[in-house]
Parts: sequence; C-alpha cells; structure tokens
Amino acid sequence: MPKITRITRLGRQTQMGLLLLLMGGAITLAQAYLPDFLHRLPSWSDLWAAGLDRFFSWVQNDLGLIYVTRAIAGWLGFLIDAAANILYGKSRWPRIDALPWSAVTALVALMGWYLGGWRLALLGGFSLFWTAMVGQWKWTMETMSVIVVAAPLGFLLGLGLGIASWKWARFEAALRPILAILQTLPFFSYLLPAVIFFKVGPTAASVATIIYAMPPMILMTALGLKQVPQEVVEAGKMSGCTRWQMLVRVYLPSARTELLVGLNQVIMLSLAMVVLTSFIGMPGLGAKLLVMMNSFKLGHSFEIGITIVLLAATLDRLSKAWVVKQPKHFAKGTPWWQRHQAWLICLGVFVFFMLMAQIFPFLNQISRGDSFSVGKELDVLIKAFLGLGFVQVITGSIRWFFNIWVLVPTEQGILYLPTFAVIFIVSGLSWLLGGWRSGVIGFVFFTGVAVLGWWDRAMLTLHATLTATLLAMLLGMPLAIWAARRKRRSEVMILICDIAQTFPSFIYLLPAIMLFGITPITVILAILIFTMVPIVRYTVEGLRGVSPEITEAADMSGATRRQKLWYTQLPLAMPTIAVGLNQALMFAFFMVIIAAFIGTRDLGQEMQRTLAGTHLGKNFTLGFSVVLIALTFDIAINAWAEKRRKILGL
Amino acid sequence: MPQTPIISCRNLWKLFGANPEAYLTKMPPGHSYEQILADKYIAGVKDVSLDVHKGEILVIMGLSGSGKSTLLRCMTRLHSITGGAILIEGQDITNLEERGLIELRRSKMGMVFQSFGLLPHRTVLQNVAFPLEMRGQSKHDCRARGLEMIKLVGLEGREDYFPRELSGGQQQRVGIARSLAIEPDIWFLDEPFSALDPLIRREMQDEFLRLQAMLHKTIIFVTHDFNEALRLADRIAIMKEGAIEQCDTPDQIVLKPATEYVSKFTEEVEKSRVIHAETLIDPKLKATRNPVAAHATIHAIAQRIVEDDTAAIAVAREGKIIGAMPRQAAFDILMGRGDAQNN
Ligand SMILES: Nc1ncnc2c1ncn2[C@@H]1O[C@H](COP(=O)(O)OP(=O)(O)OP(=O)(O)O)[C@@H](O)[C@H]1O
Ligand SMILES: [Mg+2]
Repeated sequence: MPKITRITRLGRQTQMGLLLLLMGGAITLAQAYLPDFLHRLPSWSDLWAAGLDRFFSWVQNDLGLIYVTRAIAGWLGFLIDAAANILYGKSRWPRIDALPWSAVTALVALMGWYLGGWRLALLGGFSLFWTAMVGQWKWTMETMSVIVVAAPLGFLLGLGLGIASWKWARFEAALRPILAILQTLPFFSYLLPAVIFFKVGPTAASVATIIYAMPPMILMTALGLKQVPQEVVEAGKMSGCTRWQMLVRVYLPSARTELLVGLNQVIMLSLAMVVLTSFIGMPGLGAKLLVMMNSFKLGHSFEIGITIVLLAATLDRLSKAWVVKQPKHFAKGTPWWQRHQAWLICLGVFVFFMLMAQIFPFLNQISRGDSFSVGKELDVLIKAFLGLGFVQVITGSIRWFFNIWVLVPTEQGILYLPTFAVIFIVSGLSWLLGGWRSGVIGFVFFTGVAVLGWWDRAMLTLHATLTATLLAMLLGMPLAIWAARRKRRSEVMILICDIAQTFPSFIYLLPAIMLFGITPITVILAILIFTMVPIVRYTVEGLRGVSPEITEAADMSGATRRQKLWYTQLPLAMPTIAVGLNQALMFAFFMVIIAAFIGTRDLGQEMQRTLAGTHLGKNFTLGFSVVLIALTFDIAINAWAEKRRKILGL
Repeated sequence: MPQTPIISCRNLWKLFGANPEAYLTKMPPGHSYEQILADKYIAGVKDVSLDVHKGEILVIMGLSGSGKSTLLRCMTRLHSITGGAILIEGQDITNLEERGLIELRRSKMGMVFQSFGLLPHRTVLQNVAFPLEMRGQSKHDCRARGLEMIKLVGLEGREDYFPRELSGGQQQRVGIARSLAIEPDIWFLDEPFSALDPLIRREMQDEFLRLQAMLHKTIIFVTHDFNEALRLADRIAIMKEGAIEQCDTPDQIVLKPATEYVSKFTEEVEKSRVIHAETLIDPKLKATRNPVAAHATIHAIAQRIVEDDTAAIAVAREGKIIGAMPRQAAFDILMGRGDAQNN
C-alpha cells in the first residue's frame, strides 16, 4: 500500500513522464519480438523530396516567383557591384578604383575615436592595418562588400516587419512561429533556396545573409517600440501628432537604443553568415578559410582566423559604442567648424591619404606578394609543434580515449534504440521537464523526424550535439562556478564570453582542426568550444544574480560553501542556467551542420551534398528534421525555465 | 453662470475591461464599484458630472488609483469614453474622430506629465517647439516661439541641452514650456510636481502661480497632495473609486467635508490658514466698524479675532462692507477646535 500512495503523490506530470520513459524502455527490451515498423519506419524520404521539389517548381515557374526573385537579384546585384567596386575595385559600375587601404583604415580608426575614444581607434585601426599587412585586404573587402549591402537591408526589412508586428497583434502571432523556425533552421537550408532563386555568388550570399540576420532586428524593434514610456506617447499625442508623425518623430527615436542593439546583432549575424556563404561560392575570407582548412594549411588558416576575429571585434565594438553614444550639446557660440569637427577631420584625413596613396603605391594596394604574411612559416611551426613527441602522445591518447570509450559506444547505443523507443523517451523527458504540452510536442516532432525518413542520420546529429553539449557542461559549469566566486573574476569571464560570442561560428573549427586534424573528434571539440561560451556565461550570470541577502542568510545558517552552492545558489540560478543550456544546444545544432565538410555522417553531410545539385526538396526535408529536433529541446527547456522562474518568484 | 463652461462632463463613465460599452449599457443603475469589480471591470471614472469655467483652476485630488489620471485623460480624449459626454466650449468631443482630435489638441490643449514625458533625443528647444513643428509652423517661427517659452520658464541659456543633462525641476520646466507653446486655452497638469523633492516642488508651485497670474488659463490640475491642492485651487474635486465625493472651494471642503473620506484629508490641515473671512459671513449678523478684508485668511487676522470683543466682525471687499462673520466661529477655527459649532 505505501507504494501506491507514493505514486499518487508524484503528481500527474511526473507519472506521465515516467510512464512514457518506461514504454521507451520496454520497446527497447522487446525489440526482437516487435514488428519492423516499431524498430525503424520505412524511409519515405524520396517521396517527400520529390513532392517538395514539385511544389517548389510550381511556386517558382507556375506562380512566377522566379520573376520576382530575378528582379530582386537585379537590384541587389547592382548594389553589391557598386560596393565591390568602391571597396576592392571590381571593375563594374561605377568604375571607380578601389579605395586605398590606408584611407579606409584611417577612416575606421577615426570612427572608432569618435564613437569610443582612443581604445576603439586603436582596435579599428589595428584590425584593418593587420588585414592590409598580411595581404588579405581584397578578401576582407569581398566579404565586406556583401555586409555593407546586406546589413542595412536586413536592418530596414527587420525594422519594417518589427513595426508591423508591433502594430498588428495578428501579424505578430503569425510571425512568431516563423521566426522560431528561422532561428533553428540549419544554415544550409538558407543557402540552397538562395542559390536556386538567386544564382551562385554574392547575390545569393546576400539574400541568405539578409534572411538569416533579420529575425533579431524584428524582435528588437517590436520590443523597443513597446517600451516607449506611456507618457512620452501621450506627450506626442497631446502635441497633435498624426500617426505618421508619432511613428517617425516619437516612437522610433525613443526606441533608439533597442534599434541600435538590433543593428549590432544584424551586423554580427551578417558577418557570421557571409563567412559561411563560402559554401555556395561566395568569395572572400570564408572561402579562403575553407580552402586553407581543407588543404590543411594551418598557418594561413590561422592568419585568416585572426583577421576574421579582428573584423568581428571591430564591427561589434564600434556598433555597440554607437548604442551608448548620446548626443551632447555645444556651448553657446561654438563656431560651425567646431560643431562639425569630427566630419571635417574625417574629410581631411581621407583626402590626405587619398593623395598620399597616389604618391606612394604602397599606401594604395598591397598585393599578396608584397605582404608580410608569415603563413608558410607559421604552418611549419604549428605542424612542428603538433609533430612533437609529447604533443602527439597527448592528442593521440585523447583521441583514442574519446573514440573508444565515449563516441563509439554512445553512437552504437543511440543507433541500437528502436525509433519508437527514442520517440517515447524524448517525449517522456520533455513531459517531465516542461509538462504535457512539451511532452506532446516532443512526441509529434520526433515522430515527424521519423516520418521524414532520415532517422539514422538524425540520430547521429543528435548524438554529436548531445555528447558535445554534455561535455561542455562538465567542463564549463565548474569553470563558471569557480569564476562566479569573485566579482572581478566573473566580470573578466563574462567579458571573454562576450568577445567570444561575436566570433563567426566558423572560427571555432580552427583550433579543433589544428589539434585533431580531420577526424570525428574535431567536430565534437568544435561544438564543445562553441557551446562552452553560453554555458559559462549564463552560469556565471545566474550565480551572480542570486541576491546577496539569500547567500548571507545561508551563511548565517552556518552553511558550508558547498552547502550554500547546492542548496541556495544553484537552485536559484537554475532557470538562467537552463536558458544558457538551451542556447548551447541551439549553437550545437548549428555547428554540427557546419562541421559537415570535415566528413561527418549525419544530416549536415547529406545537406551539404544537396548544395552541389538542385535538390531543394531533399535539402528541406533534412533541414526540417533538424528544426524539429532543435525545437523539441527549445520548447521543453524554456517551459521548464519559465515554470521554475514562476515558482521561485523571479 | 451664463457663460458656457470651458469643459463640461456629463455623466461620464470610463470602464476598463473586456467589452466596457456593452457592459455599461446592460449594467443596472446604481451598481457599486465593488459590484463592477466583481464583474471583472474597473471603474476608472464613475458617473462624473462636472463643469470647469474660464480662468478657473480645478484641482482633482484623491488617493492613488482613485481615477484622477483617468478622468483627466478622458477630458483630453487620450482615453476613449465609455459613457456620457464631454463638451469643450460647447462642442461635443465624445466621439470626435482622429483628425478633429488632432486639430483640437493642436489649437486648444496643453498637457504636463508627472514624469515629464520629454523626448530624449531632442534638445530643450526642440522639445519645446515640438507641438509647433507638428502643426507645420516654419522653422523660424518654431525657434522664436520656443525661445520665448524657454525664457518664460527661466531656462535661458539651456536651449541646446538634452533632457538627461537637466535636473528634475528643470526638466519639468521644459514640460511646462512645451505645453504652453501653442498658447492653449486649457491647460492639463497630471501630478506635475510629484516627482520632485519638497523644496523644488514648492518653488515650482510658486512658478506655476506666477505663470497663471500672467496667462489666465483654464486649468485642470491633478495631485494627491492635499496641501498642494489647497495652495493652488479655485475649486477642488475629491475623487474616490472613480467617483467625485465632493467638488467645492478649498474653504468649504475644509469647513464642511461632505464625507468621512474627505474629512480624512482635512484632519491634518491647519484650517485657519485655509479658510477666508468671507467664507464665514453670516447674513443674520451685522457689523460695520473696522472691517477685515474678505480674502484674508483667519490666520492672517488672528490678532484681531483674539483681541476683539464683539460678537460679529465686519467683512469688506475693496473697502465696501459685504457682511459680518461670527467672532466665536472664527476663534474656534483659530484654536483648531472642530467644525461642530459651525454646522
Ligand atoms: N489602461 C488601463 N487599463 C486598465 N486599468 C486601468 C488603466 N489605467 C488605469 N486603470 C485603473 O484605473 C484605476 C484608476 O487609475 P488612475 O491612473 O486614474 O489613478 P490615479 O488616481 O491617477 O492614481 P495615481 O495617483 O497612482 O496616479 C486604477 O485602479 C487603475 O488600475
Ligand atoms: Mg495618476
């Protein structure tokens, strides 16, 4: 009897979750006796692909979408050509020579100085100076030519959609699920449609970039507009503003901070995506990095990596400085040249360097031959280091240990599980975490994955992300707990995470490839490093966010440090940590797909193959498999964090 | 009064909730605040009828959540109106459409806000000139008029500052200048000085009285500070749960609080500093010798009341005797003895 009372006390949610888990276990144990379809569903993947292909071709040709996209491609191409011409002299419209590197560098340095003083001047100036010196100016400008077109367009489109979703609740309700899908859609699924509708190259790259970079801008715009203080709105109305005047003169300027934060995110995501568009033939830093990594030229890869990192840091810091820069008044009677000092200095310096570049060609262009690149030497150095006896022993034994003891057994295990066992287990876990809605969603979504027909590959993707994220937690949480003990330490840690988070994801592959070459461990390591960032960051923030009164109360109750951590700090920080974990998982799904070119066997690999052809249908079934898996986790974890937060009254 | 009131509220209702209009038409008359609340509606304004006349300062006063701001926002049509009507200078604005409202606000209304409601990205001058700009006035006009207003509120030399570079009191001066820029006939102020510390508040009240002495606007002033209400008001409307409990001159409210709720406010007040001689005039009494001024507070003529030994003291306005007041009543007020004898 006591057993029964205990079970009833467990509560509906727990009961149901456990029941589902049990069913998953039962199916696994009994799989030898079960019909085949419970073990693996027959694969319908070709069916879906063909159906989708037919649908897309109908949209493209019969509905005439192709004409729309051609028109857009024309305009975009025009803009990109203009930017390319000005930045690196690609001789089409308007046939101006490339700007001298020295003039651009000086301008960026001055911009940094204006926005944030000498530190930012140094950062901006040095980044571009380095780029020119190592002979990567042209590649960088190829990359930038897409960003300078895509980022403003992404900003404007995001702004428009954000305003619309703020104005019409219906529109927002319709937009929200689309944004959720867009944010989990693997980037290969952005690339292929872009290629098909916009041809290979910069135009397709910028379309993919715009779509990829837009969602946060939409959210920030809506958020900023909602946060405009009621009284400011009323003041506008009482001043007799028309609706248009309200929007342009009151709402948008008052939401300046959020809009600029949105712009910052658009820029950073543009950079991240533009680097990745190398997969669809976009020239620039990403393409070079891809080539160098593929041919294992570590020295050059390393140099390009540094350029990308510097570029990211510059773009991020400058745009963030713009967010906090507030207008200041001038004293009365300030002459006009002092009021416009910054512009005048910029103009002067620019003209100066333009002239100097005519006299000294070195200040104009630096070709690869003249550059100070030490890629070859670095390559020899790195390879020599990796070839050292003890280094090889270390990397070799790590590789051996992980392969034999971690990766292979768990991979075998997850493939051994029958499809329906996995579905039940996932849905049971989601149910335990987030309640019935999450449980049902988990069930439906994972059944969807099974029906889409790429089950084994999906399981490999899931395996890689889960393993890497768990490892990242094992390493990251202790580190974060250690850092959170002291104020200074946690500030430094958060700063590091902040900077690391601005790096395009591609960069994280670099150290992994350097250490382990092109092997399965490399993928895991790349994901691990990438996902450590949000885990550490949110854990530190969660722990530091616990109010000092509570920890003091624990101290006064005579708790030891460990007790304090386990009984007060961690439970209170858990909702925040869960958000970090969720972000880490999303990052992991992103990374595992990128890592496909290393030679994985999962969904990403198959997706990358579709890029070569025009298998849009197949690409989308693969993409949606990833979306379904990622959204299951996203929904369950968020539901859990939300509930905890309510219970804890945060 | 023969003149049409500037603002006239007739059985005004404002309900917050899912479908207030439908609910109000179905609602049985005489429903109490709690009964309405039980039906999941909040009565922001509950059956308010009120006239405001030209050049008058009407202070709306009440505890937090009593519906002061809501009433004010109904008058400016920042809120839509659930029931009843509002007339501005005889024109019914209850259902005025957007174009008309904009026109009305551009020509007749000015409003000052508790947290100032300044546009953070605009300089002082640009903030003040904002309503003019919205009207489409020329740059030169905007600037000239803006500077004039800035001078009026004593902020010369700060016209190029941004709001965040100013103190609270200075920011509210900007708010005041902005609300006066279009030369409105009606001036709405929603707790304009509540966010300021007591010393500055006092200074701003003086400033307000100085401006009103020059401009003679019709004013609706919201506050929850009873002393502020007494200082500034021609009439005070005291609100509770969306309804007006009493609307009268400060003297009468202090002298004869209509309800317990009202007398709670008056208890702490030193009545002799509020009540004027003319308020106490009793038509049955007669006196001619040595009159006191009608607009003098009892406190101001304290010595006279204490030293005089007659039963009635003559009261005069501009040298003309207009009646007499009972000395005993005045004495009681002076001594802080309740209003029992007066009623
Ligand atoms: N937009 C709204 N939606 C729903 N309820 C509202 C809204 N605005 C006000 N209320 C409610 O109406 C009632 C009156 O609010 P109001 O703001 O008029 O009070 P107040 O007297 O101005 O108080 P305070 O001194 O705090 O400003 C309150 O109970 C408030 O919760
Ligand atoms: Mg209020």
